[in-house]
Amino acid sequence: MTYTVQIKVMPLKELLDPQGKAIVGGLQNLGLNNIADVRVGKNITLQINADSPVQAKQIAEEASKKLLANPVMEYFEIETSQSA
Amino acid sequence: MKFGVVVFPGSNCDRDMQDALADDLNLDVSMLWHKDKDLSRFNTEDCIILPGGFSFGDYLRCGAIARFSPMMQSVVEFANAGGKVLGVCNGFQVLCESALLPGALLRNENQQFVCKNVFIKDQEDNLFKIPVAHGEGRYYADETTLNELEANDQVIFRYCDENGKITASANPNGALRNIAGICNKNRNVFGMMPHPERACSEVLGNTDGRAIIKNLLLAEQLVIQ
Repeated sequence: MTYTVQIKVMPLKELLDPQGKAIVGGLQNLGLNNIADVRVGKNITLQINADSPVQAKQIAEEASKKLLANPVMEYFEIETSQSA
Repeated sequence: MKFGVVVFPGSNCDRDMQDALADDLNLDVSMLWHKDKDLSRFNTEDCIILPGGFSFGDYLRCGAIARFSPMMQSVVEFANAGGKVLGVCNGFQVLCESALLPGALLRNENQQFVCKNVFIKDQEDNLFKIPVAHGEGRYYADETTLNELEANDQVIFRYCDENGKITASANPNGALRNIAGICNKNRNVFGMMPHPERACSEVLGNTDGRAIIKNLLLAEQLVIQ
């Protein structure tokens, strides 16, 4: 079975995110003054061949820990769904 | 003492490093392709350098992919055996991603690529004018790690002003505690954001980089002309 796994990688909450800060400035220049904060991360989509969603998630977790996210500066969240 | 400079796809200061070491400092240098892994001609008295640039296009994170190249596996073994390793700019990022050095280099606080001369000082308060050129040079580590680095004298360079004062305005990227370079606990792995290889030649109008390379890497008995 192939599973589609979405991995959200975000800068740690305590870290300054200059990209997000620049975007807030841009949005406010557009007149969207209600947007108080923006943080920018990555969404990584994997197609994983696995026997179960649990196994697919385990593989995605290993990939995230070993390469896709750097725990010094980022955290990640995994979402698994069955491919159509 | 021999030097090896690793060439990754996207390295762009590898030849600068080679020229500085070979032509300006008269040292024995060879280039090491990232797909090779043979370091057998080097011993732990020698030094491997990871140059600046944009290895693997800075994809995913700066230095994240370079870390898995065959040559890097050998460099990690070389470092763990006590060999000297210096990472400059992207090379520093690769060393942090490889966990040979603690912490990480984050996007500059001012959101800009910064390319200019800055002043840094070493642990003996020697002042150097050295160019920086990076978009992700903001050194970051958690408080515990930062305190450990300082307790073990592992902060080898800090950004300062032209009088040697460590100030916020002299910090080009927002690096925590003005950190421009660090070493590991065993003092054989060094990482720095500024580019000493760009300041080794008379014709470039700045030779402050020579002393940095000499102090960090060369045994006392070797004298640079």
